[in-house]
Amino acid sequence: MQSDGLPRRDFLRTSGITVTALATGGSVIFGHNHAWAVATTTLDPHTTQTLLVMTHDLFPHQRLGEQYYAVVVDMLDKQAASDPATKQLLIEGVTMLDSAHGKSWADLPDGTRVTVLRGVEKTAFFTTVRTKTITGLYGNPAVYKMFGYGGPSAPLGGYINRGFDDIDWLPKT
Amino acid sequence: MARTFDLKDNSVVVIVGSGAGGGTLANELAQKGINVVCLEAGPRLTLADIVNDNDTMFARLSWLDKRIGTGDLNASLPLWVCKTVGGTTVHWAAAALRFQEHEFKGRTTYGDIQGATLLDWPLTLADLAPFYDKAEDKMGVTGTHDIPRLPGNNNYKVMAAGAKRVGYKEFHTGNMAINSQPRDGRPACHQIGFCMEGCAIGAKWSTLYTEIPKAEATGHFELRPNSMALHVNHDANGLVTGVVYADKDGNHHEQKARAVCIAGNSVETPRLLLNSASSKFPDGLANSSGQVGRNFMRHMSGTVYAMMPGRVNFERGTQMAGIIKDEARFDPKRGFAGGYEIETLPGFGLEGLATNLVPGAWGRDYADILEMYDHFAGMWLVGEDLPQAANGVTLHPTEKDQYGLPVPVVHFSDHPNDIAMRNHAHTAGAAIYQSLGAKQVFKLPPFSSTHNMGTCRQSANPRDGVCNSYGQSHDIPNLFISDGSQFTTSGAENPTLTIVALAIRQSGYIADHLNKRE
Ligand SMILES: Cc1cc2nc3c(=O)[nH]c(=O)nc-3n(C[C@H](O)[C@H](O)[C@H](O)COP(=O)(O)OP(=O)(O)OC[C@H]3O[C@@H](n4cnc5c(N)ncnc54)[C@H](O)[C@@H]3O)c2cc1C
Ligand code: SF4
Repeated sequence: MQSDGLPRRDFLRTSGITVTALATGGSVIFGHNHAWAVATTTLDPHTTQTLLVMTHDLFPHQRLGEQYYAVVVDMLDKQAASDPATKQLLIEGVTMLDSAHGKSWADLPDGTRVTVLRGVEKTAFFTTVRTKTITGLYGNPAVYKMFGYGGPSAPLGGYINRGFDDIDWLPKT
Repeated sequence: MARTFDLKDNSVVVIVGSGAGGGTLANELAQKGINVVCLEAGPRLTLADIVNDNDTMFARLSWLDKRIGTGDLNASLPLWVCKTVGGTTVHWAAAALRFQEHEFKGRTTYGDIQGATLLDWPLTLADLAPFYDKAEDKMGVTGTHDIPRLPGNNNYKVMAAGAKRVGYKEFHTGNMAINSQPRDGRPACHQIGFCMEGCAIGAKWSTLYTEIPKAEATGHFELRPNSMALHVNHDANGLVTGVVYADKDGNHHEQKARAVCIAGNSVETPRLLLNSASSKFPDGLANSSGQVGRNFMRHMSGTVYAMMPGRVNFERGTQMAGIIKDEARFDPKRGFAGGYEIETLPGFGLEGLATNLVPGAWGRDYADILEMYDHFAGMWLVGEDLPQAANGVTLHPTEKDQYGLPVPVVHFSDHPNDIAMRNHAHTAGAAIYQSLGAKQVFKLPPFSSTHNMGTCRQSANPRDGVCNSYGQSHDIPNLFISDGSQFTTSGAENPTLTIVALAIRQSGYIADHLNKRE
């Protein structure tokens, strides 16, 4: 996103994402123009929003819409709902990020946010979010198909007639 | 058909484990009319339980009981092996290679290497050759017995093109225990690409759907799944008499036995012997040498992944789709003893590549690399590692697993020879891809250990090891080691064909031995 010409501090505003608190304690993330929405049950709006920005900063892909990152946040919320220790880890982790510059980490400019993340790479909070992002993002069939991974192949008869040996660019000698 | 035996029936041979060693031995004995009870800790799955998903199958098949890894091992998952009927042959990639002649003579060939506990095997290639033959026929190994080799997939074609460029001579699509044409009631490979998650059509040999049903068909065999062997009992004469095990509800039973054969893979086999310590054998069974649990080997290994100039889609087709054999020779001019094989390896999906390519990595540069997923090619490097006294299996002094048994602590540190070989192999592997214009090359350290050997090794002299060339323990004549734990040295080759050949050889010896005793 270095080339998009926008001020660096506006990830949330430019992505068109909004997060609303729910009376039940969770929150709802709405995509741009409410094109999609993901509801959390346990995590509050600030934690939800921060995690959304963080998952994106960990593995930014221009071609992926924010809804794929929202899926990861949803998975983190489910884990937090079933495991109070995870919930505490996530909430305290966000507090830790916010404390770096004495203001909401998600509102910091891109480069500054990444620098803060580099500083907390060794924490359990960071590892938990990073691991879950790999699973939730790259394990999502909609995502891996876009990147060219075929996924389950037995139901399709394997690759015997679907290009297991279709490479065409190798030199002849 | 499948038969059941009474717990008090002491005419049966009890085999612990139903993987490459145990499953093969069970069938070979049953075919000879010997009654066998096989205790298998894991559940019995069918082909319908096999799905094309790495995480699901890892969770469904793997041995996840607590183990502690120290040294260079992954601390929480030192080994990648299975707890299921069929053992790790459900997971395996099915490269089925013979050892080379000099690899049975490690001490003589490599000399006295400091820090290594090298020995010659008490058997030679000539002794094992007839059994390799039988093993290859049983498993339907391609490139042997007039069985055609498999066709090469994209990942293989990249490796082969690079091999040619850098001047390697001996490379092909391998000797694979995967059907290239229908054989033995199993279909030909459909190039599904999930061999290491279990072959959904059974084209790949696994004892789960070959040896075990065949043994059952003899009427001389009972498989008891979900049965974890806890303890081997013996009598005052020092002969083993039965095996105590926990069933799926945790109830303990003792199955009486005329002989006991242990094939639990190289951690569980010595662990069971150590856990069976008694007043007569205070250091564990078959351990007068003190070698039970020592000399653990896991093969020198490493991986090279490369971002190629064009699309590869390396997940398509057999995972171990081909091999380069030129570096498997013994040639000390390279700066290390022993040799290594170069075999193709895919990335285990986008998620697997993201996890493994650069462990712990994140950020824009890494995300950009992962976007090139379909341009990646990959290979696994696997070679001989040296036995060392301190590498091995011990029992944790206090921590217990769900069966109440002490948790195994597995220690492995690379020998300088292993490191020199890995460096050479990483460089050679990278050169193959660079010769084709690879944009980036990644050198990965070993994964959790899949090839596990040596912890109850064969030795000519009972002082140096645990068993003789038939796997019979030096101390207790009716106690046998029937898996990769027997290996005196590791060779460069993937171990399973040798495990199967040894099991076939052992079955003849046990049959003779039992007949003589009666
Ligand atoms: C991903 C992967 C790929 C591989 N690819 C190859 C390859 O291409 N070529 C090759 O040669 N090798 C390969 N291997 C290695 C191969 O799978 C093993 O060498 C082989 O299966 C070992 O046979 P085994 O009989 O010693 O043990 P296993 O096959 O592991 O069987 C041991 C069995 O014993 C059971 N058991 C253990 N303890 C107890 C107990 N106390 N009571 C009851 N049951 C018990 C276990 O549950 C298990 O089922 C691969 C391994 C992995 C993980
Ligand atoms: S590639 Fe062949 S052996 Fe591997 S899973 Fe598919 S059909 Fe089975």
